Amino acid sequence: MTRVIQPALLFAALVLGLLAPGWLELFTIYEFTAYLIMAVLALSLAFVWGKGGIMCLGQAAFFGLGAYAWAVGAINFGPGLAALAISVAVPAAFAAVLGYFMFYGRINDIYIGVITLAVTLILFNLINSTSGPQYRIGSALLGGFNGMTGIPTLAWPNGMPLDPAEIFRLTVIVIVASIVAITLYLKTTPGKTAIAVRENEVRAELLGYNVAQSKLITFTLGGALAGLGGCLFANWGAFVSPTIFSLVQSAQIIIWVIVGGRGTLIGPILGCIALQWATTKLGTQQVVQVNLVLGLVLAFFVLVVPQGIVPMVTGLLRRNSRTGPKAEAEQNA
Amino acid sequence: MDFASVLVIEILGSIAILVLISIGLAVVFGMMKVINMAHGEFLMLGGYVAIYGTNHAGLNFWVSALILAPLVVGLVGLALEWLVIRHLYGRMIDTMLATWGISLALIGGMTMLVGNTTTGIPTPLPSVSIGDYSVSGYVIFLIVLALAVFAGLFCLFKLTTFGLQARATTQNADMVAALGGKPRRIYALTFGLGAALAGLGGAALAPLTGVIPTIGASYIAKAFITVISGGAAVIAGNLSASVLFGSVGQIFTYVYTPVIGEVALLVTAIVLIRILPQGITGRFFKRSI
Repeated sequence: MTRVIQPALLFAALVLGLLAPGWLELFTIYEFTAYLIMAVLALSLAFVWGKGGIMCLGQAAFFGLGAYAWAVGAINFGPGLAALAISVAVPAAFAAVLGYFMFYGRINDIYIGVITLAVTLILFNLINSTSGPQYRIGSALLGGFNGMTGIPTLAWPNGMPLDPAEIFRLTVIVIVASIVAITLYLKTTPGKTAIAVRENEVRAELLGYNVAQSKLITFTLGGALAGLGGCLFANWGAFVSPTIFSLVQSAQIIIWVIVGGRGTLIGPILGCIALQWATTKLGTQQVVQVNLVLGLVLAFFVLVVPQGIVPMVTGLLRRNSRTGPKAEAEQNA
Repeated sequence: MDFASVLVIEILGSIAILVLISIGLAVVFGMMKVINMAHGEFLMLGGYVAIYGTNHAGLNFWVSALILAPLVVGLVGLALEWLVIRHLYGRMIDTMLATWGISLALIGGMTMLVGNTTTGIPTPLPSVSIGDYSVSGYVIFLIVLALAVFAGLFCLFKLTTFGLQARATTQNADMVAALGGKPRRIYALTFGLGAALAGLGGAALAPLTGVIPTIGASYIAKAFITVISGGAAVIAGNLSASVLFGSVGQIFTYVYTPVIGEVALLVTAIVLIRILPQGITGRFFKRSI
């Protein structure tokens, strides 16, 4: 049954997403675009961690690199396809190099988490220290702590920049297309290998699969998707600053995935949108600090609902549909 | 000659700082295989205890930094172990994520209490002159303190019953339980010890850096790198990794900038982990503690 329902839901979400900007106010469109862009990031981690079993705590690094790469590329080469390609290629290449050292060194999950996070934090310090006119790539000033402002927005081939509604629609298309692409990819041999590696690394290796290579592919693809998210982010606000690499930013991504549910693709997306909406609301009051709430939410979920909300709900539904009175009545009939 | 000795003291100082920010994490990781993501916030709390003890409670700086800070942060560690971590033993990834939650909550909580501003304290020792140059006397104190921490830990692990049981628990917790030991209590105490050491480190560094609720983030990248590159042996691993990274970091800092020093440290660590996936003590000094 899910074979019919899932594509139908996805299609409905796509249609709704494409039509929504027509009904919403400009500010709402702007706000929700940010949520959806972060959902691209959440989706990239859902793929790398949930499907590939690689605990990357520094997914923000690729997102941030994508945003900075877009900014540098768009300022130097104009906001077209070349800059778009750069903003995906740079984080993917970075992920490939980092992944090579980690996966071919055969370090365990904990070390991967620690190293990816350390890389993100050091990128934060590195970019932070690039204020001053000597830190420029081509004609793009990196701007250090203040970040880069006035980044050109992605333009149609005729030179017209995308308006906010079009960026919203583009983000919706990216999310839906990524879900479809990931689902299809997981049905191919490399995709199935990635799942096998997640389930049992030793067994996969003994069966002759190249575990390090499989992880490297998953990690690089995830980095590319996060980079694409970063590119959208730089387009959304025309602004990027080093806080994109900060510890809190990295933690939020993990929280979205944990709360929504590891192992699913839709869970982290829903978790991301819901939590961002909630933190925006929390940020408007002065009593409770957002980090305090986020931290408690993370600790609570790890202790009490480690599988996340979406798997918990689907699990409950499945159990109910099997043992509920209706199912029994059907069986009897 | 004077210049060379100044440079040597600077390098030793940066090694000592690395030791002080990472030894608490190393104890918890080495003895319990737990990565404590809230380590940076334990350092931050230690700094606040030292500064508030000195500025508001009227205590001597040395008393609040060397005694009060480890005590308070150690108790916080024990409380968190009891509340959260003891439920998650054996689930390494979940422990890591739960402690990250604690880390965020501590950042948020402290921001609510003291605000998002840097609080400082003057360096309590004058500088020492060597020929035409002068070095901070406080850096020399940090070097002595790091040595004292190593000596203390060595005695604790080698000479006391707790140390013996802790090392045995690391090797085989079930066997310790069968012989009448209490692994749970040893884990709790070890976590408290790690927190206390973090409190001490944070307090000792407070005069150099000042404290702000988010300062943990600037420490933990280096602390993590040092600990995982050191490997399982707490003292030998931490010492060897600190010496390596402290020297690399300080030399690059001297030639370029502190940030390039940090990047060099990270690149060294990533290359090292490719060559020695089990850390330095996975290959060398295997039988040490």
